[in-house]
Amino acid sequence: MIRVEALTKDYGARRAVDSLTFHAEPREILGFLGPNGAGKTTTMRILAGYMPPSSGKAQVAGFDVVEQSLEVRRRVGYLPETVPLYTDMTVFDYLKYMGDLRHLPNVEDRVDDVLEIVNLGDRANGYIANLSKGMRQRVGLAQALLHQPEVLILDEPTIGLDPAQIIEVRNLIREIGKERTVLLSTHILSEAQQICDRVLIINKGRIVAEDTPSRLQSRLAGSQKVSLRVAGESDGLDAVVAGVSGVLRAGFNSDGSLEFEAQPGQDVRPDVARAVIHGGYNLLELRPVGFSLEDIFMELTREEPALPQTTEDASEGEAAEEEVDQSDDEAK
Amino acid sequence: MRNIWTIARREYKLYFNGPIAYAVAFLYFLIVGWFVYAELRDALEMATFQPYTPSVQLVTGSIMVFLLIFTIPAITMRLVAEESRTGTMELLLTAPVRDWELIIGKWLSGFLFMLTLLAVTLIYPFILNRISSPGIDQGPMISGYLGLMLMLSSLVAVGVGISALFNNQIAAFFVTLAVVLFLWFFRLPTSTTGVVKDIAANINFIDHYVTFYRGVIDIKDIAYYLSMTALGLFLGVVAVEVRRWR
Repeated sequence: MIRVEALTKDYGARRAVDSLTFHAEPREILGFLGPNGAGKTTTMRILAGYMPPSSGKAQVAGFDVVEQSLEVRRRVGYLPETVPLYTDMTVFDYLKYMGDLRHLPNVEDRVDDVLEIVNLGDRANGYIANLSKGMRQRVGLAQALLHQPEVLILDEPTIGLDPAQIIEVRNLIREIGKERTVLLSTHILSEAQQICDRVLIINKGRIVAEDTPSRLQSRLAGSQKVSLRVAGESDGLDAVVAGVSGVLRAGFNSDGSLEFEAQPGQDVRPDVARAVIHGGYNLLELRPVGFSLEDIFMELTREEPALPQTTEDASEGEAAEEEVDQSDDEAK
Repeated sequence: MRNIWTIARREYKLYFNGPIAYAVAFLYFLIVGWFVYAELRDALEMATFQPYTPSVQLVTGSIMVFLLIFTIPAITMRLVAEESRTGTMELLLTAPVRDWELIIGKWLSGFLFMLTLLAVTLIYPFILNRISSPGIDQGPMISGYLGLMLMLSSLVAVGVGISALFNNQIAAFFVTLAVVLFLWFFRLPTSTTGVVKDIAANINFIDHYVTFYRGVIDIKDIAYYLSMTALGLFLGVVAVEVRRWR
């Protein structure tokens, strides 16, 4: 459904997307995960027919995004990052306008249907200017769904929504993903885990990892990060914890709690708890901390592979490449 | 074609959603209305000495040209610039709409809006026709209004083209005004000769209107306004294409 080969986009001297290659199958939900400025939005804009790439090829629904841009645009539903809406129109008129531009038959019925899907039926005649951010996001989503596109491209679809709405939208996307191809971007790891069939992690315009969410997780689950808090005196606590066998690193956070990482596949928490109490500290809390996306990035873009290597993957190749680069420099 | 109409219809309605249409209409009727009124009062006082034969040129003359020159930049400035500023451009450029359909749709809305205003000013020739016998001369009436239509077609196109270059409406306004005034006051040093002189002699858009104003329809002047229209629209399409490649 989506086929991207060596896609590159330069903004002047800055390379935003660097020979990206990936694909998405029909009825697959593919997640784009990456920090701001990683090139997610640029890639999605190219795929939605907004701008041509500097080089490389991209096909969406069997059509080339440059040569057959109109055909692509007819088959893609696109929700840009900053939801562009005409605030001086009512929700209904706005959607009808977008539907008219797509030559939809029975536009008005279709608009009623999508308003039902995104749960905005009661605001159809309200002006967009008066809607909350979450509602606007849903209007944008309705716009992307209007023509029942084969491919949905959603740039951070849950940003700005409240928790209840986030769950609603995620369920909606999962539902849509049963029949269509969805490409969505996010920088929330748990979101990617919940919605996506497959995740691409991109950084600085390149793919640094590509896998199913569970496999990506398991690569990290090997080592465990735990936060520990004591009441009162905590001097020397880091040494005590670091002394427990199986603990890799221990250090204080700025808020006074202590964080440590355990060796892969080993739950050291009982031992740590015993050691802490033994040391005369008042243990308040012992809490596992999930690896954040930032941690994954740190791991994936580090020079030497620090993760337990279970599968051959892109990150390994990446890390090895960087090592080679370094030794080259040294040789000179 | 359908997209052009969809876009034009939305933009045209938008003029009447806010106060803009009514403010511009107010300007037209205040100025033209007062001007016509003052003329008629004068004529009435003179009527005992000589019979009054009013002319449509009262309306189609410099007063209307002035109004067009200053109002068109104001009504075209937002047409494309606003879409770029608010980001709705991304929506239009990812919808199955060709870039030229977008630009022509925008132009058509401005053109139709100005035509609406122009149509309402027909009330003055109508009044003049009623109060005089055998009525006003129909020749300059038809050619004058045709000339005004052509002129505003070209000015709106130039305005849309320039609006497509900017994210900022005010900048679009001033650049459009600058271009229009330049086309009006442009002259070369008299010593210039050759092709440049020929082009320069034909570039003034008021000169081309004067023939219409006098009651003459010349294909040369029609061609001038139509090519200005095409040029403005072409500029707009190129500006949108450039936006994509940036």
